[in-house]
Amino acid sequence: MAYMHIGKDFVPPDVPGKVTGRIKYAEDYTREGMVYSRLLTSPIPHARVLDIDASEALAMDGVFGILTADDVYPDGEPQSTGLKILTNEPTLVGEPILALAAIDEKTAETAISRINVTFERLPFVLDPLDSLAEGGANAYPGDQNTFVFRQGFATEKWTEDQVASFRAGNEPTAEAQQTWSLGDLEAGFAASEFVYETTFTTAGYPHHSMEPRSAMAYWEDGKLYLHGTSQSLTALADGMAPIIGVPKEDIVFINAATGGGFGQRARANSIPSMAIPAKLSQKINRPVMMRITREEEFTIGGARQGFQGWIKAGFKPDGVMSACDLYIISDNGGKGGGGDASSAADCIDVLYQPDALRFRGTSIGSNTAHRGAQRGPGQNQIAPIIAPILDKAADALGISRLEIRKINAPRNGDVAGPRQTPFTSAYVPESLDMATRQFDWEGRQARRRQRNGSKVIGLGLGQGYHNAGRSGMDGIVTMGTDGRLKIHNGVGNLGTYSYASTSRAAAEVLKMPWENCDILNVRTDNHLPITSPQDGSNSIFTNTRTMFGAATDMLNKMKEIAATDLGGDPADYDVSNERVHQIADESIGYTYAEVAQRATELGGKFTGEADLPEELAEWTQISVSRLAGSAFMGVYHDPRHEGNPPGFTVTCCEIELDLETGKYEILDMVTIAESGTIVHPQGMENQLVGGAVWGIGLSGYERHLYDPQNGLPASTGYWQSKVPTYLDTPVKIGTGWVDLPDPENPVGARGIGEPSMGAVSAALTAAITDALDGHHFATAPITADMIINHLAGTEENAAPLAQNNFRG
Amino acid sequence: MNPKVTRRRFIKGVVASGAAATTTGMWYAANGQDRPGGAVERLIRINVNGQMRSVDVAPQETLASTLRYKLGLTGTKLGCNRGECGACTVVVDDVATYACSVLTHSMKNARIETVEGLESPNGDLHPVQQAFVEELSPQCGYCTPGQVMAAVALLRENPNPTREEARHAMSGNICRCGSYDSYLDGVMRAVQLG
Ligand code: FES
Ligand code: FES
Repeated sequence: MAYMHIGKDFVPPDVPGKVTGRIKYAEDYTREGMVYSRLLTSPIPHARVLDIDASEALAMDGVFGILTADDVYPDGEPQSTGLKILTNEPTLVGEPILALAAIDEKTAETAISRINVTFERLPFVLDPLDSLAEGGANAYPGDQNTFVFRQGFATEKWTEDQVASFRAGNEPTAEAQQTWSLGDLEAGFAASEFVYETTFTTAGYPHHSMEPRSAMAYWEDGKLYLHGTSQSLTALADGMAPIIGVPKEDIVFINAATGGGFGQRARANSIPSMAIPAKLSQKINRPVMMRITREEEFTIGGARQGFQGWIKAGFKPDGVMSACDLYIISDNGGKGGGGDASSAADCIDVLYQPDALRFRGTSIGSNTAHRGAQRGPGQNQIAPIIAPILDKAADALGISRLEIRKINAPRNGDVAGPRQTPFTSAYVPESLDMATRQFDWEGRQARRRQRNGSKVIGLGLGQGYHNAGRSGMDGIVTMGTDGRLKIHNGVGNLGTYSYASTSRAAAEVLKMPWENCDILNVRTDNHLPITSPQDGSNSIFTNTRTMFGAATDMLNKMKEIAATDLGGDPADYDVSNERVHQIADESIGYTYAEVAQRATELGGKFTGEADLPEELAEWTQISVSRLAGSAFMGVYHDPRHEGNPPGFTVTCCEIELDLETGKYEILDMVTIAESGTIVHPQGMENQLVGGAVWGIGLSGYERHLYDPQNGLPASTGYWQSKVPTYLDTPVKIGTGWVDLPDPENPVGARGIGEPSMGAVSAALTAAITDALDGHHFATAPITADMIINHLAGTEENAAPLAQNNFRG
Repeated sequence: MNPKVTRRRFIKGVVASGAAATTTGMWYAANGQDRPGGAVERLIRINVNGQMRSVDVAPQETLASTLRYKLGLTGTKLGCNRGECGACTVVVDDVATYACSVLTHSMKNARIETVEGLESPNGDLHPVQQAFVEELSPQCGYCTPGQVMAAVALLRENPNPTREEARHAMSGNICRCGSYDSYLDGVMRAVQLG
C-alpha cells in the first residue's frame, strides 16, 4: 500500500535538541528557591530500622527537613513485594531509608552523616537456592522468601537433598509454585529420537540506563509539577498520582526526554523514588531537586531476574520438537520480580511450536537488586539457552541448523502460549530465509570451525520473540483555526522515537504534510490521552491504533461538517491537500483551517463537549474536558484487538574465537525483523542494532556481583558491571525486515524493541558453542574466563548454578 | 605478583574492596559545593566555547560541575561522574576529555569546547551534528553530546578515518541504548559533509 508517511524516514522533532544538548532531562531543570535532597540508604542487605535520631541534622543551618517511611506510609508500609518510596525494612544494600533536604548537597550529606539510625541486622541471602534449602536465610520481611499473589509473603523450602540434587544437574523434584502445560509431554518424549537435558543459569544484571533517575518537584497553586523520567508520560503520571497521593487532575508531569528505560521506567511503581522530591517539596514548601548518582541508580534502578533452571527437550526424527519440559527458579531479588520464567516457556512455545510443553516455576527472593521488567523479560534469558540445544538436535538428527528452525517455525494461523492464542500474523520462515540469504549462511558453512592459529570460526543462528502489541488506549487530535494538526501523544521519548512515528498514523489519515503537524508531548498539561506504558514492545502497534482512530474521528467529523454546510452526503467527501472536498467536484469543500473554524463555531461533539466515547480512561477524560470547546477535536477509544501480535527476529553471526584468551571478535552479523509494516525505517534500524548490543551483553558480559560476606553490591558502575562498548560489537551490523502488514493494525505495524535482543543473544551463544565444538555452557553470560577454564579443563570456582556471584 | 594469587582471585579482591569504599554518595565532593578545611572558591577565568568566563570554583570542583551547575551548560551530561562512560566528554585543546574527571582549576590556560559551542553563528549545525541528525544516530540522546564531542575531536585529528579507526576513537563513550552502529554511520557521514 502506498503511504504518504508510513514507511518513510523523517527527522523526529527532538533530534536536533539531542545533538545540540538543548533538550532537557530531569536534572537539567532548575527552579528559583530550589533545594537539594540526598538519600540515606541501607548499608546492610537485610535489616529493620529500630530508631532514627535526626535531631542533630535537623538543627543544622541550611537543613530544611527530612522524609521517612513513616511520613510516606502513615498507615504502615505496604506488605507486598515491589519497590517502596522509603522503607524501615530494607531488603538490599542501598535501599532508601530517608531523604533530607538542604540548601546544597554538601550540607545535605553532612547532615545525613549526623543522623543516627539504629538497625537490627537480619540474616541475608544472595542465592535463591541457598534460601530454598531448609534452614537457609530468607530475604523478605517476616522471615519469608517468596510472595504468593492474593496471599502475600510466604515461605518456600526444599530439603537440602533436593537443592543438592538440582545443583548437581538433575531435574528438580519439589513441587513448583506455578505450572502450566500443553499437550501430552510423556507421549512427546516417547516419540523423540533425540532428547537433551541440562540445568542452566542466566545472570541478573542492572538496567544501567545512562541517565540516573534524578527528579525535581515543586508545588504551585495546589498542583504538583514533577520533572522526572518515564517510558510514557501519561502511563507514568496516571500511576504516580496515587503513589504520591495527589488527585490526577493536580499532577503535571514534565518529561521531554528520558535517558534510557529498558523496562524499568515503564510504570510508576518501578520508579517510586520520584515521589521523594514530590513529598519532600510538599513538606518543606520549596522546590526539591534529587540528583541520583550512578551507585544509587544501580540500587533504585533495577535488574533482570536471574534464572536457575532445568530444561529437557525432545525432537522427533524429522526434527520436530515433540516435547519441552522447563523448570525455573527465578531470582526475585530484594523487592520482588516479575513473570520472566513463564514468559520464557511461552517463548519456546511460540518459536518452536513443540507438540507438548510443561512449565514449572518458583520465584524466590534474595537480598540483591530489585528485579523488574528488562528488555524481553524471560523471552531473552531463554534465547541463549535454547539456541545451542536446537543445534545439538540438528547435528544429532542430520538436519541442517537452518532447516530445524524452519521445521519448527510458527506460521500464519498458528497458536501458542498457555491460552493457545493465535498470532495476528506470523512470517518466521520468510524471516529465516531472508536472514540466511543476506548473510550467505549456506555459503559460510565451509568456514565452520575452521582454525587459524589459535583462532577458530563459529557460526550461529538465533531467533527472538516478544508479544508486541496491546490495545484499549485512547487518542486525541485537535486542529486550530490555522489548520495545523495537533497530535496529543503521551508516548514517552526514551529513544525509540515512537512518540513521533505513531503520530504519523494520524497525519497519514488526514493526508497532512508532516511540517503542518505539531506533536504535543513533553508535559502532561499538553492534554495528553492515556497510553500504555512504552514496554513490552507494544508502542507502535498500540498507539498507531489510537492515533489512527483519533484522526479518523476527525476525518469523519470534517466530512460531516462539509456535507451539512456544502451539500451531499459525508460519503461524498474525501480529503487531499489539506482540504475536505467533494470527490466529484474538488472545488466544493473547505480548507482545513475553514473546517476547523466551522467546528469551533458548531461546538458540541466537534470540540469534545459531547458524544465522547464512553470508555475513555479517567486520565483522557480530564485532558478532553480541559480542551473541550477550544478546538476542533478527534477523540477515540481503541477497542480490544484479537490475537497475539508478535515481534520476531532472526540473526546470523560469525565469530572468531581465540582459544588462548577466551575472547572473540564478531566478524559479521545480520539481523532481520518480522514486525509487520515498517513505520519508521531508521527507528527500526536503531532498535535492531541497539537490541543487538544488548544481546551481545546478555551472551558475553553482563552480570552483577555481590560480596558474599557482607552482601555488598560489587558492580554498581559501568566498569565493574560491563556493558558492551564499541569494541565488543561488530564494526557494522547488517539489518533488514520482512515488511508484511499485520491485519490487526490499521497501518499493519507491530513492535520490535525486545526481540531484537533475543535473536542476537541466541545467535552469538550458538556461535560460541559452535567454535568450542559444541560445548554447551548452558549459561549466560559466557565470559572469557569460563571459556579459558573450559579449555583448560578447570572446574568452575563457584557452587553449581550460583547466582549473583562470580562464575568462571 | 605472588604466583599463588590467581588473576581471578586478584580481581575479586579489588572489586570487593572497591564496593566497600563506594557505598556512600559523596555527590558534593565533585559538584563545587564543598569547602573542605576552610578552602574557599576562587574566581578564575576559563575559555569556554571561545568566550572568557569568570566563575567561582572550589578547589576540587570538576569541569563537568562548573559547566553544568555554574555556567548552565547542561548539554554536557553526567552518566557516572567517575570516568566510566564518556557522557561528559568535552573537547579541551582539541582532545576529547572526560569533564567529570578533570579539575576546573587545571583548565585555566585551556580552550574548552562543549556541545553548545559547535553551531555556527548563523545557527547551522556542525557537520558532526548534522550527520548525526541525518543518520538518526541518537536513541535516548543522553550519551549523544559526549558522542558528538568525541567525534569532533576525532575528525580534527584524523579528518578521514576508516570505520575501524572511528570505532576505536569513539570507544571511550558508552551508549547503553546500543546505538554504536548509528553513531559510526554518523561519523562516516560527517566525513563526507566535511
Ligand atoms: S560522566 Fe564522566 S565519564 Fe561518565
Ligand atoms: S543514545 Fe541512549 S545511551 Fe546512547
